[in-house]
Amino acid sequence: MLSFILRRLLVAVPTILILIVISFILMFAAPGGPFNSEKPLPAAVMANIESRYGLDQPYVVQIFNYVWNIVAHFDFGPSFKYRDQTVTGLIAQGFPVTLTYGFWAFLVAVVVGVALGVLAAIRHNTWLDYLATGSAIGASVLPNFVLAPILVLVFTLWLGWLPGGGWNGGQWQYVVLPVIALATTYLAAIARITRSSMLEVMNSNFIRTARAKGLPMSRIILRHALKPAMLPVLSYLGPAFVAMITGSVVIDVFFSTGGIGQYFVNSALNRDYSVIMGVTILVGVLTILFNLVVDILYAWIDPKIRL
Amino acid sequence: MTVRTLIGATSLLAMVATGTLVHAATPQPGETLSDNQTFTYRVLDEFPSIDPGLIEDVEGSHVARQLFEGLLSQDAQGNVVPGVATEWTASEDGTTWTFKLRPEAKWSNGDPVTANDFVYAWRRAADPALASPYAWYIELMKVANAGPVIAGEMPSDQLGVRAVDDHTLEVRIDSPIPYFPQMVTHTTTFPVPQKVIEEFGNQWTQPGNMVGNGAYVLSERVPQERIVMTKNPNYWDAQNVIIDTVTALIINDEQQALTRYLAGEMDQTDIPIGQYPRLKEEYPTEAIAVPNLCTYFYHVNMTDAAPEALKDQRVREALSLAIDRDILVNNVLAGGQTAAYTLTHEATAGWEVPEVPAAAMTQEERNARAQELMAEAGYGTDGEPLTLEILYNTDQAHQQVAVAVSQMWKQTLGIDTTLANQEWQTFLDARKQADYQLARAGWCADYNEASSFLDVFTSNSDSNDSKYFSDEYDALMEQSRTAEDPLPIYQEAEEMLARDVPLLPIYFYSSDFIMDDSIKGYAVENAQENWYAKDMYRVAQE
Amino acid sequence: MAFHDPTADALQAPARPDKGRSLWTDARRRFFRNRAATVALVALVLIAVFAFLGGFIAQYERDYVDFSLIGINATKGVPSIATGHYFGTDQEGRDLFARTVQGTRLSLLIGVVGSMVAVIVGTLYGAISGYFGGRVDSVMMRVVDILLSIPFMFVLILMLVMFGRSLLMLFIGIGLISWLSMARIARGQTLSIKNKEFVEAAIATGVRPLTIILRHVVPNLLGVVIVYATLLIPEMIIYESFISFLGLGVQEPNTSLGALISRGAGQIGNGVPWQLGFPLFFFVVMLFAFFFVGDGLRDAIDPKDR
Repeated sequence: MLSFILRRLLVAVPTILILIVISFILMFAAPGGPFNSEKPLPAAVMANIESRYGLDQPYVVQIFNYVWNIVAHFDFGPSFKYRDQTVTGLIAQGFPVTLTYGFWAFLVAVVVGVALGVLAAIRHNTWLDYLATGSAIGASVLPNFVLAPILVLVFTLWLGWLPGGGWNGGQWQYVVLPVIALATTYLAAIARITRSSMLEVMNSNFIRTARAKGLPMSRIILRHALKPAMLPVLSYLGPAFVAMITGSVVIDVFFSTGGIGQYFVNSALNRDYSVIMGVTILVGVLTILFNLVVDILYAWIDPKIRL
Repeated sequence: MTVRTLIGATSLLAMVATGTLVHAATPQPGETLSDNQTFTYRVLDEFPSIDPGLIEDVEGSHVARQLFEGLLSQDAQGNVVPGVATEWTASEDGTTWTFKLRPEAKWSNGDPVTANDFVYAWRRAADPALASPYAWYIELMKVANAGPVIAGEMPSDQLGVRAVDDHTLEVRIDSPIPYFPQMVTHTTTFPVPQKVIEEFGNQWTQPGNMVGNGAYVLSERVPQERIVMTKNPNYWDAQNVIIDTVTALIINDEQQALTRYLAGEMDQTDIPIGQYPRLKEEYPTEAIAVPNLCTYFYHVNMTDAAPEALKDQRVREALSLAIDRDILVNNVLAGGQTAAYTLTHEATAGWEVPEVPAAAMTQEERNARAQELMAEAGYGTDGEPLTLEILYNTDQAHQQVAVAVSQMWKQTLGIDTTLANQEWQTFLDARKQADYQLARAGWCADYNEASSFLDVFTSNSDSNDSKYFSDEYDALMEQSRTAEDPLPIYQEAEEMLARDVPLLPIYFYSSDFIMDDSIKGYAVENAQENWYAKDMYRVAQE
Repeated sequence: MAFHDPTADALQAPARPDKGRSLWTDARRRFFRNRAATVALVALVLIAVFAFLGGFIAQYERDYVDFSLIGINATKGVPSIATGHYFGTDQEGRDLFARTVQGTRLSLLIGVVGSMVAVIVGTLYGAISGYFGGRVDSVMMRVVDILLSIPFMFVLILMLVMFGRSLLMLFIGIGLISWLSMARIARGQTLSIKNKEFVEAAIATGVRPLTIILRHVVPNLLGVVIVYATLLIPEMIIYESFISFLGLGVQEPNTSLGALISRGAGQIGNGVPWQLGFPLFFFVVMLFAFFFVGDGLRDAIDPKDR
């Protein structure tokens, strides 16, 4: 097990390097640049800015310098667009925010989703199944860019219960709406994968044997069925967890939370090269890490899986 | 770059003034102040910078005007009033300006504000080491040696600005500019604290580090969420400052911002396209539309790569005539914009819109003439079928305009139009490469003068994306630079553009916002909308 | 775990065409016994009819702007049988019915194509990666990790710059992204399936790996794959509006459900609820229908289920 983890972490290094190189190539190949605007800057001013940010260097040198600064100083550079900020500063500020609402959304989505999925599976094709499946879908059916303004309209403008946006250091009133909007996106997926997988497990021989032995239903589900049924849910949750804790551009834009979710789209639109690279590496590292965790959990669920 | 009048003629009167008058928040008789003296407004995106030397956008300069005080400030009408400087005089030949600074001015850390702080700030803004996107402003002010300093050919201490003593600043400029006092109300000229910048480097704009000389200090800054400024007790005129907290909330989605405004979470936000009439009806005292010095138009590709039809002047003119601008400004945008038949915004200082033929006709006449021209050229309803493409950057307002224009052409001229949207940077690149047929543009004046618009279409302009190359036009613009009265020359230039049609002017922008009516003293009448929270106050609502 | 165990058959008779047919007949019978799935299927058919034939009863072209309606939508652009604007008009004064018909058609295609690509590419990729394991698995999955992390927007922008916009490019853009998470799910399941007796038996009898994957592994993945494929449909429909935002996809005057919904959502609270309501209705019904059909299909092909 330990050697497996070490091996995977070792492979992660070249993976991240390849990720960095591919991202740089894409960035440089795309039209536009961080300092282009409706009004072109005077040539002398543009030259100063390019030399200040090293953009006048050959591409290979730029990539090498970038990687070197990370390795040697853990320095991800300054933001090109937000000149008062460094990439590390922006992420250090925004990541705790998305981590907070993403974690709660994850918890809500998993608990509610799995519960509804299990309920639907054990009462397969009864009204309870339809109700559970239906409400899981119902919760997720609105795209979150529709749900978010509706939530604000209802809870802020009409009822006046919750603030319509902002973060304010993460006071609970500010966290509720983003969590709801984000959780519902994933809820139906979790519920439906759970239901489907649970149905397969419930029909398997060992559960049938358990039922024939007259074990109580709740015990069968909790002790025997739930664990193996979680396998496909886990496959889904690995990338989903990364997506949730790195936030969502829609949540950040509509609730002005100041999280890092918005940077995935905005930094690319702004051609803010250093921020693009910063969030790309963050997602890359988290993706590799959580897929490793998922693989370890596979082996725990099904001991026959060899790592 | 040439500048003539940065602001209206009124400011010229303030050329030489002495600072007995103090500008501050002045509640009118009968008004009761509210217990809640806060001002909260919405901005679209995180500030690229709030460092006066680096600021390149309007939102950043609004913040800097609260945190810093320049040599001079503006009043609610945009006139020059004393700032740190109490007296300002020009030499006989107009090339040396001397500013007397008030001795009581202090930084928020208690240090006195001296002439050296200005010298440092100006040198820093021009210095290639800072690489400010607004370095060109120092050159625009014609400060001696600005060009070579920016180009890195001269050390920054050669810049034509010096401290005669702690409270006297002297600026040498290359040629006289009567409106120079207006120019030093701009944020690039604000003083910055050398000691603090040297201590914290580029982290000096973080709360806790930042030191300013304005009526407010930075107390909180959360990127992409908010910026909070609170009253500065060390400000020399602090006893007359009424608003105690100014907050900018960063809200990307303007519809969301409007909902939160209506829920009472802030005092001011922008009005999304098309909603001005409804809001004006529901909140007549709160919805406000003021002219904004920008013009919306379509570039016409004038290169050889353009489709044959666009090379025909008659086709271009017909396209321009067939756009029913009244429908666009009254029904589609409906926020105080006005129809444009020429390039220069009608509210530009000292400008009179020339009477080009199209402007004088009714839309029926324009349509009839357009059909005639199209028929002559042999395209459209009875001629060769024609399909054109309008390129625009993805945005709801641009889309609505393009959809309407394409239908006007279809219904009036019988030509088809495809619409192509692109994300901003791709769009800019395509337009720059002349890889388009018709492309949307919104040009805003750098300074309040007609040449700021008209220079776009000179042959050597970086923004001439139509690639309109006319020696005659270039000669006219050259001639205007030395002319006693450039207005008739500008008007002639506009007539040339109307004749050659390298652009299809569509409308003059306005700026639409909604603001709580308990807020008083906001600079609604200031053409540049430069507001100072120290001049504002909130009255109690009955 | 419940798996269709084909070893018994495989050992007896390699070719069994009759058996295959009866398996599908069985599945069909089971599917139609499921009331929710049947109703959902009918709803899907109705939506398809609306999307492909609705144009015939539209009173207006989808790009025709009625200039007398612009700006006074809230009062004059309301849905009405009398004016022929059954669904009202949009902000530009165009007939929302005609636009919804065309938008639904496009989004339906995008959802179906996107999930088809995901099912075919994602399942095979994941199954191969999981089945072979070891170094093959490691490389294949790191490729997925990288593709999940790169700033994909630039890929789309480059496609636009290099090939220009077209529907084909839109479908390629959708296809490129859709299969990644499916591959991870299929691989996870395969890791467990490949240790089952029937796979081990197949290996022991010398069946070629590719045959094992196609015959024994993939059929046992189908339950989860189908369910997940239906989950991808709304994701792809929404993703399309992002691609179109960049300029690669659908251009005005054409539209899509994603574009219509996001435009409508921008008008929430402005007195034109139909601009969101009608497109959203078709989106929601389509989703429910796909989800229930997916669940029905899953139940129907699960051989152990009754």
